[in-house]
Formats: sequence, C-alpha cells, structure tokens
Amino acid sequence: METAIPHLVEPHPVTGIPNGKFGIWLFLASEVMLFGALFSSYVLIRVGAPHWPPEGGLSSEVLNVPLGTFNTAVLITSSITMVLAWASCKMGSLPKFKLWMAATVGLALVFLVVKYFEYSDKFHHGHFPSHDNFYGIYFVLTGLHGLHIVGGIVVNTYLLTFGSKLWNVDREWFTNRVENAGLYWHFVDLVWIFLFPSLYLL
Amino acid sequence: MSLKAFHVFFVVISTLCALGFGGWAVADYQRTGRGSALLLGILGFAAAAALVWYGLWFLRKLKNVSFL
Repeated sequence: METAIPHLVEPHPVTGIPNGKFGIWLFLASEVMLFGALFSSYVLIRVGAPHWPPEGGLSSEVLNVPLGTFNTAVLITSSITMVLAWASCKMGSLPKFKLWMAATVGLALVFLVVKYFEYSDKFHHGHFPSHDNFYGIYFVLTGLHGLHIVGGIVVNTYLLTFGSKLWNVDREWFTNRVENAGLYWHFVDLVWIFLFPSLYLL
Repeated sequence: MSLKAFHVFFVVISTLCALGFGGWAVADYQRTGRGSALLLGILGFAAAAALVWYGLWFLRKLKNVSFL
C-alpha cells in the first residue's frame, strides 16, 4: 500500500501554502538568524576598533572593489536567470527551464572562480583569517556565503539533471521545487547585496 | 510569499544598492581623481536604470502569476 504525502502541490489549510514552501521559509528564517548574528558581531567589532581596517587605510583600498562589483553583477544576473527558469516552468517549457537553470549554475561557478582568485591573492600576501579582525570577519562572512553558493549549485544542478524527471510525473510539483530553490537562491544573493557594500565599500 | 514577490523585492534592493554604489564611486572619484572610479560610478547608475527597466518588464511578463 502506498502512502501519499499531503500538501505537496495544493496549499495546506492552516498555512495557505504548500508544505515545501512553508519549509523553505522556516529554513530561511533560521538563515537570517545565522547571518544576522555574524553581521551583528561584525558591527560590534568594527565600532569598537580604533581603526578599520586595523592596519590603516580604507576597506576599499584593502579589498578588490572591481572584482567585488563584478561578482555582485554576476549574482544579480543569476537571480534573474533563476526566476526566468521558474517562469519557464510556469509557462510549460522544460527546454527553456533547462537553459535558464544552466545559466544560473554557470554564473554561480563564475562567482566562485572569482572568489578563488580573490582569496588566493589575499593568501599570497600573507593575509589569513588570523591576520587581524578585519580579515577574520571578511573570511568568515564571505566563506560562509560561499558555502551557501556551493549548496545552491548542488540543488540547482540536481533540478537541472536527475530532478527534472519529476516534470514528466507532476509538473506542478516540479515547478514548486524550482520555486523553493529560487527562494533560497534569492536569499543567498540578497546576503551578498548586504555583504558587498559593508565589507568592500564602507 | 512567492518567488515573484521575493524577486520584485530583490530587484528593488539591488536597484538601491546600484544607486548607492554609483554614489560611492563618484565620491571616490572626487577624492582620488581616478578615472576608473568615475567609470564604476557610471556603470552603477546605468545598472540601476537597467534594473528599473527590467523590474517593470518582469511585472508585465508575469502579470498573470500570483504574488502569494
């Protein structure tokens, strides 16, 4: 006998949304607390420091602003391709979904490659997380964000490949999964929108 | 909140970020006189304008999809 999991597609009577979407919002709420705690730590450490960065100069002179700007543009574009992948599902086109989702994964990889070069440059100059509070905060916040990007790549690649078989079984269910992945991806990009000016510019 | 609503919110925040970045880059240009800073400022304002245009296009394209 097969047991059907309820409210995968139709809204739950209590929450008014499918269970998957409710779950992803709960998860994102916990993520807000995680990044919020780290961001608060950054603010407190910074306002208590006599100079920021401690070595002198400005954040924009220590970190590579053009590369950070490029990565910001890459992530904003990836959110656009992500929502277009979801919209393609809504409009019933799996090939267009695959095209936009592949672009999203590709842009996420570009972000990580640029981040690799940024980190390599810092390590090459002996700037490790233990160097001072500035680099400690920089590597923790951007490193945790980078791990979230990797998580997004894994989920999006699954939806692009094996996961897309669900399209032939239940299109609405698959579209809901893409929407949930899109909500997560937008959150990760939104975190970067706050991190970039805070760490690189101010 | 659906992905459509979250995306609209994201585009609004991104537009504000692009405007802020443009302002920061122009101020940096006035401080240092570097042409690259002015170029980044122009790119920031252009990105903000492009995002406004895109946001309006997106709302038109998905007008039949719910915000919930």
